[in-house]
Amino acid sequence: MNKDILICGVGGQGTVLASGIIAASALAEGHIVHSAETIGMAQRGGPVTSHVRIGADAYSPLIPFGKADLILGFEPSEVVRNIRYLSKDGLAIVNTAAVKPVTASLSGSGYDGTEMTAYLSSHTRCILTDGDKECQKLGSAKFLNILLLGIAAGSGDLGLQKDTLVSVIEKRVPAKFLEANMQAFLNGFEIGKTKGE
Amino acid sequence: MKEYVMGNGAIALGALKAGVNIACGYPGTPSSEIIETLAKRPHEGLHLEWSVNEKAALEVAAAAAYSGARALVTMKQVGLNVASDPLMSLAYVGVEGGMVIVSADDPGPISSQTEQDTRRFADFARIPVFDPASPEEAFEMIQDAFAYSEKYKTPVIFRPTTRVDHGYASVEASDTYVPKAYDGFQKDAGRFVIFPRLSYKNHGRMEERNVRIGEDFSSYKFNTVEGAASEKAVLASGISYMYAKEFLKDHPEVKLIRVATAYPLPESFLLKALDGVREVLCIEELSPYLEEQLLKLAGKHHLSVTVLGKLTSHVPAMGENSADGVAAILRDYLNISADPAVNDTTDLPELPVRPPVLCAGCPHRASFYAVKKAMAGEKTYYCGDIGCYTLGNSMPLDMVDTCLCMGAGVTMAQGFSHIDGDGKAFAFIGDSTFFASGITGVVNAVFNEADITICILDNSTTAMTGHQPHPGTGINLMGHDAGKISITKILEGIGLQKVVTVDPLDLDKAIATVKECAAIKGVKAIIFKSPCIAIEKSKKKCTVTESCINCKKCIRETGCPALTLADGKVVIDALLCTGCGLCRQVCPVNAIGGDEE
Repeated sequence: MNKDILICGVGGQGTVLASGIIAASALAEGHIVHSAETIGMAQRGGPVTSHVRIGADAYSPLIPFGKADLILGFEPSEVVRNIRYLSKDGLAIVNTAAVKPVTASLSGSGYDGTEMTAYLSSHTRCILTDGDKECQKLGSAKFLNILLLGIAAGSGDLGLQKDTLVSVIEKRVPAKFLEANMQAFLNGFEIGKTKGE
Repeated sequence: MKEYVMGNGAIALGALKAGVNIACGYPGTPSSEIIETLAKRPHEGLHLEWSVNEKAALEVAAAAAYSGARALVTMKQVGLNVASDPLMSLAYVGVEGGMVIVSADDPGPISSQTEQDTRRFADFARIPVFDPASPEEAFEMIQDAFAYSEKYKTPVIFRPTTRVDHGYASVEASDTYVPKAYDGFQKDAGRFVIFPRLSYKNHGRMEERNVRIGEDFSSYKFNTVEGAASEKAVLASGISYMYAKEFLKDHPEVKLIRVATAYPLPESFLLKALDGVREVLCIEELSPYLEEQLLKLAGKHHLSVTVLGKLTSHVPAMGENSADGVAAILRDYLNISADPAVNDTTDLPELPVRPPVLCAGCPHRASFYAVKKAMAGEKTYYCGDIGCYTLGNSMPLDMVDTCLCMGAGVTMAQGFSHIDGDGKAFAFIGDSTFFASGITGVVNAVFNEADITICILDNSTTAMTGHQPHPGTGINLMGHDAGKISITKILEGIGLQKVVTVDPLDLDKAIATVKECAAIKGVKAIIFKSPCIAIEKSKKKCTVTESCINCKKCIRETGCPALTLADGKVVIDALLCTGCGLCRQVCPVNAIGGDEE
């Protein structure tokens, strides 16, 4: 299997855990994996990306433009920022809840993500979900990464087995948050399964 | 067993496999995780330390290498500038045990002050340099680096770049660590005491030896040629080689030459690789190092080959290369039409800009705000330094007028105080930076009668690079409690006019303290003490109450990312808020409540 997955969002949203789980699951299924993370200054509220490349054919740690099979988008404008990576028949999974930068609050630009969501739905194959709303059902926005992972798994575009992902999540998530994370994954899986068809 | 690790982890695992006896470094993106990985793996018998700065790290390691031990030193590229004094001399003296200096370059730059190229530093110091292209290679190559270092009794440089350091791959890891056996230091003043006569003699030896190393490197396994013999060839190094390989996998008719040891240049390898080549495109990052070497080589051997690259504007002079950037360069070079599979992005909506900012609840925000309020209307010079608090420059704080290099804040504030007696000069320096290179500046300021206020932003950690311990935090990397070295006592010992500690989150008191110190002539220090929010997690939250008049002063004055607008009204993001209470103290109508559990 060759699969290129781009994860994007804003520093602090939990993108690194999501890419770690995808990489570990792919390894558990016997694939060769390479990935790359944004670390450093950008983590302080800046745009962050993780590139996960599954398969023996990947040399560059960064996915070339037009080659990503899947974008896991934690924030709508960040998906638009990275849209050139997505292949023409690729899928974008998008959390529609915007993260407003301080610059937008200061200038009163009114950025709320709706323009981004509209662009994405008219230009790409995508699954749009209000992650804030879904996470409220679970009591905390901290489950966004696992929710999005669940959607990716449910859509079928991730190319990894549900059971593999579940067992990796069990190992990676602290015990006291495991139950809520599992619920987030399963809720996401249903969304992905329904909307991905 | 294969383990999936970060490139920096692979470097650490390779060093352990090489039986490294001592590892020292100073944190700096993208190099920090090497020492951190060593600390996490079984390493009984390895001396491990976060040194106070890169110069100290290199000198500690040099003594170990004189003794026949294997020594590893880690830093980022600008750290090598700090360590350059011992490095240049050590190159002349040489070593007995293998010594590898990892200097991680940061094309972009992503988290650095400069786009300097460590390969040039290796050339300048006349010592070998290794340039890995992937985490897998880095794991093997660091072991080779130790072997070459011992074979030629010279320190060697190992130069990964960000995408290798922070890329992940599977490497053969082991938890068995066997430190190398070594004989210990054999006194030999004629060898280890650098004097002009010794330097003269060794200079000649180095130049003669480097020719031999270049020959040795000509058969090094990571200097490779792929693809068919072609008149148009591509030469690449480091991560750019992987980008080129990614593109050329569909074009095996093109010759791809890769140089993993930029200095000393593997001349025989290159002469053979360039046989029949009429035109060669050099793809590298930071500086046209190999391109210039090829030009020299072509001149020396009268080769009829055109060399293209940064000097001919075929490759951008600055910034990071990428898979796509390199693909575009190669399409242009090889006359291949553009890839139609890429989405058209001509009608993208305008994207919000996201400059990095201080975290919500960061005590540095409160410290900067207190100084700003206290000095309102005064002529000021705000000299920043290297760390999270460089972000104090962003709006609306706008509290960093200068930032140059580690420790420069203190000395530059001194410079402004001498050149303009009417202005109030402030230096902002973090606790780790203070220990790294701030202390000498304070001594200089006192001795030379400066009139400055030094603001030490003490959050009890090295936050920007991932929360490494430092002399002020007590516990060292050997896990021992060495006792916290007191910044207050150091400053008192130097003899400042006043040294005072204040909690920046107590805004009124912090403002009063700044006013008081600024009014005193001479060198004063205010230690703004409050822990980094990432190490002391707070459960407190602030909330906006109904008395909010929506004046937005909290947003306009603090710029805290937890404060946003929802339907035109100020709200506090409960996920980000740490209940620091700065906005509560800024609010003119007491409409922000909370900072309770």
